[in-house]
Amino acid sequence: MSTLVAPPDPSQWSCPAPLRDHPTIVLGHGGGGLLSAELIEHLFVPAFGNPALDQMGDAAVLALAESERGARLAMTTDSFVVRPLVFPGGSIGDLAVNGTVNDLAMRGARPRWLSVGFILEEGLPLATLARVVDDMAAAARRAGVAIVTGDTKVVERGHGDGLYVNTAGVGVVPDGVEIAPDRARPGDAILVSGTLGDHGMAIMSVREGLEFESPIVSDCRPLAALAEALRAALPPGALHVLRDPTRGGLAASLHEIAGRSGVGVALEDARIPVRAEVAAACEMLGMDPLHVANEGKLVAFVDGAHAEAALAALRAHADGEDAALVGYAVADHPGQLVARTAIGATRVIAPALGEQLPRIC
Amino acid sequence: MKYLTEFRDGEAAQRLALEIRRTVTRPWALMEVCGGQTHSIIRNGIDQLLPDEVELIHGPGCPVCVTPLELIDRALAIAARPEVIFCSFGDMLRVPGSDGDLYRVKSAGGDVRVVYSPLDALALARRHPEREVVFFGIGFETTAPANAMALHLARREGIRNFSMLASHVLVPPALEAILASPTCRVNGFLAAGHVCSVMGFWQYPPIAARGRVPIVITGFEPLDLLEGIRRAVRQLEAGEARVENAYERAVTFDGNRPAQALLDEVFAVADRAWRGIGVIPRSGWRIADAYRDLDAEVRFAVGDIRADEPAACRAGEVLQGTLKPYECGAFGAACTPRTPLGATMVSSEGACAAYYHAGRFARLERAPARAGAGAPGMVPNGAGAAVPA
Repeated sequence: MSTLVAPPDPSQWSCPAPLRDHPTIVLGHGGGGLLSAELIEHLFVPAFGNPALDQMGDAAVLALAESERGARLAMTTDSFVVRPLVFPGGSIGDLAVNGTVNDLAMRGARPRWLSVGFILEEGLPLATLARVVDDMAAAARRAGVAIVTGDTKVVERGHGDGLYVNTAGVGVVPDGVEIAPDRARPGDAILVSGTLGDHGMAIMSVREGLEFESPIVSDCRPLAALAEALRAALPPGALHVLRDPTRGGLAASLHEIAGRSGVGVALEDARIPVRAEVAAACEMLGMDPLHVANEGKLVAFVDGAHAEAALAALRAHADGEDAALVGYAVADHPGQLVARTAIGATRVIAPALGEQLPRIC
Repeated sequence: MKYLTEFRDGEAAQRLALEIRRTVTRPWALMEVCGGQTHSIIRNGIDQLLPDEVELIHGPGCPVCVTPLELIDRALAIAARPEVIFCSFGDMLRVPGSDGDLYRVKSAGGDVRVVYSPLDALALARRHPEREVVFFGIGFETTAPANAMALHLARREGIRNFSMLASHVLVPPALEAILASPTCRVNGFLAAGHVCSVMGFWQYPPIAARGRVPIVITGFEPLDLLEGIRRAVRQLEAGEARVENAYERAVTFDGNRPAQALLDEVFAVADRAWRGIGVIPRSGWRIADAYRDLDAEVRFAVGDIRADEPAACRAGEVLQGTLKPYECGAFGAACTPRTPLGATMVSSEGACAAYYHAGRFARLERAPARAGAGAPGMVPNGAGAAVPA
């Protein structure tokens, strides 16, 4: 009996070799055994470690601060399936943290805790996973959230795109903050926090192997601090709606807000900020930057009387330097977006059906 | 942005519009030939700047729209084959055939890929010698040189697993067919600038003379289009019918001669069916006999697939300029971008889709063009067309 081998104790593991033994993900990494434990011990905990995660329980136990007792919680979830996993300006890891953080921030919540679920494809290089995990850890630190619980599954080669991530997030909504997509009113000023279409065209340029003179970089970033700065600069209740125009771009967000609030949206093409290289790429492919995805921009509906203060607050923040007032909510044509074109005529912006298709010529 | 913002200047546009208003004394109908021009007119609201006397008729120049149903059906049949990688420009994917579109084939397991150039498809063929790579080569004279080059290179490099389902359409025969139609209302043409950048405009003087219509080679930006309209109206008011080049920064009389020589080598002029219009003699290019082994229609024996157009779709009249999209009973109801009856509702260059996307559900009142931005009132009148839920 004395020859019985003691079960391995991961805390006593001093040799990083096991991770090196497998330069790629194998099915066992999702099996709940030693290999799973190695991933957690050698990759996830060092990157994400915080008191709630370090308890290693089946669930994280979280406590609100004394001042937050009775506050409302905001909760959201999102799954990330981007290809390629690493792109100019970020990776799926940045997206997975910032996407969920931003969804919380768009309800006026302070993002606090995230969960992360990985679905890994057999054969994924561990170095790629490590890069994504590092990016998630850095993005979480920047956004001030803790990754407190997680899960990993491995699927057979050919059954996944390398790596999928799901994150869920919980945030705390301060007392008196009411920001929702049905609160836009006629007369509201519509502001965007910067140039549009950067993320979508960055992904497209690498995915399709399109080469442009100057590389287009994703705008992926957390927006909670910017949203908070904007709210703090305005009287209580003056900030009506926040939205991060991700898939479907600004047009999809505005259609949603216009529909939910029963207002019309009047834009001015000339005021919509678009980087020259993004505009050029869109021209070439026959796309409209208004329908292209962003990952680090917000659109705000603000009581028209405070438009200037809102614009100044956004521009004073590092994440909102290129902010612009792009139009107004109006009582006319509820649910519809109308833009004044550069030559002084008008066009109605229709919702896109699905993805935009590059034109033939 | 060089060559872009300069041609979108609002004040210059207003000056050109004013000059057109001062020149015009009676009604004229001008046809912009190219779908890209239609798109720009609607996208920028150029028609709203014109006096009531000037009517724009949207021509047949969207390559997606005039591709006949049976060619789509042939594409679907080839794309569904397991050994095939089927490559297409993006906006062909949603064009309905008799039974579904290329998206449907893709979701059922077909390997359908969007490419940006036929040369990308050729590169795929080099990388996948075990697969059959087929490129869907449609379009006007504009896209033809790249397709010809792909076939030329495939031949030169001996790439045997590449082929093309090709059917090009030609502008000059279409203009003659429109002029010959008894219902023709066209007083002048804005010819397609990009087609002419390849082909030049040496083919046009006889058409202008025979049809007694001015033909103005016109570009795509707002100022290009307004300048083309201005010149066409000036000719009409003076009783002239000449060919004029208003797109000099891209077009010469001769066009791109090396490209034309390559086109002569790879393609042969043939009768061509135009979706919604019918067969126009000698109005298309098929793959020449010398390149027959690279012709996907031959390789996959799909030449006998035939199809009839849906009866409710009046795209033919729209393409000939005798019907505005919103005058069609199906427009916006049975026929939307989600459930297109005809290809004019699919491509963003298609007249029906251009009207639908710009919210042109009814003929809008002409908005008074006002300079300067305002607060909430900055939406000009007439923009609030009702949208069906």
